Amino acid sequence: MSALRVVHYVNQFFGRIGAEEAGDHPFTVKEGPVGPGIGLQKELGEAGTVVATFICGDNRAATDLEAFGAELERALREQKADVLVAGPGFNAGRYGLACGEACARAAAMGVPAVTALNAENPGVELYRKKTYILPTTPTAVGMNETLGRLARFAVRIGRHEDIGSPAVEGFYGKGVHHTRILERPAADRALDMLLARMTGATFQTELTLPPVDHVAPAPPIADITKARLAIVTTGGIVPKGNPDRLKQSNSTEWKAYSIEGVDGLEAGKYESIHSGYDGSAANANPNYVVPLDALRELEKAHEFGTLYQRYIVTTGVGTAVVEARKMGREIAADLKTQGVDGVILTAT
Amino acid sequence: MITALGPVASELGANRVVRGVKIPHPCGDPSLDPSGDHKLRVGLARAALGALATKLEAAAMFDRLMS
Repeated sequence: MSALRVVHYVNQFFGRIGAEEAGDHPFTVKEGPVGPGIGLQKELGEAGTVVATFICGDNRAATDLEAFGAELERALREQKADVLVAGPGFNAGRYGLACGEACARAAAMGVPAVTALNAENPGVELYRKKTYILPTTPTAVGMNETLGRLARFAVRIGRHEDIGSPAVEGFYGKGVHHTRILERPAADRALDMLLARMTGATFQTELTLPPVDHVAPAPPIADITKARLAIVTTGGIVPKGNPDRLKQSNSTEWKAYSIEGVDGLEAGKYESIHSGYDGSAANANPNYVVPLDALRELEKAHEFGTLYQRYIVTTGVGTAVVEARKMGREIAADLKTQGVDGVILTAT
Repeated sequence: MITALGPVASELGANRVVRGVKIPHPCGDPSLDPSGDHKLRVGLARAALGALATKLEAAAMFDRLMS
């Protein structure tokens, strides 16, 4: 079997260009291995050859991932790469994003790719669905051991070998389900798990649910009669005709619509575009989802301060947690700059 | 947060949850007459205000307040 053409991506630091001052170093291609690539080559042995090293400054890559990805794609094509290895990026945030983007781009163009990041690196959540990411230590202390795992994994994906489940193979789950024929039917396996759970024995679930973030309750609003409140909904209530073409499911964006001088949402002027519930009641009375009429009444009665002049909407159906988290952060940041003290979120 | 799926919202980390009516119409009940329905909605909105003004150590559920 001929040696695989392996391309290695590293940042300016591991590429021996410089430290933070070289953060804007442009995307460059060097022949052969550089820095950790030398260790990677040792681990690959005769199975693969590090034909080139791609180096880009962390700031340069992370501030324009799109441009970085485009340059990387071009360079990968020129190198006729069989496989891409990125990093390891440990717990370096910008480097982790670049490693994730590099691998995602490579995988999308049919070049198998793998990187290694620490579980806390934001690149893990953003890219785990698009590429193989192996776990690693927070700092470079685990470099040698990680390079060994990266090399072995790279050879296997480079040869298009069958890759098993994340638990067996040791990468962060991509959330992809594969069809496999097992000897024992699902009903038997499920009952075994149930019995194990009831007797306190250990068992391995076949469907791992994503972990849930729990946050401490925010402090209460000190004086609600002076508070500025906003309405946010995941119920997909938009102006009739959906002028901004908000997605009906798998939402990735949110919109804000003015309710200045509006005392309630009128039927016929607003509609539900949410694909996850029967919208007939909400269409007949949009206040069922965005309770503007009731809140205006309480505002006039001085039961709270004022209502923020826009309501915010997305559709909460089939939305990926990572997208929901991103939208939540964006909405909270936007409302904070508008001096909003509290939010009433309605969900269908 | 006002939702008919209160236990799910709490389980997933929402700390101030007001029990809504039904999934497709959390803030109202089309089976009521318009005035009763409106009162119901005002009660839910008032419960949300109460929730925002309540000091909490852990997640809690709130029910609508009738005037």
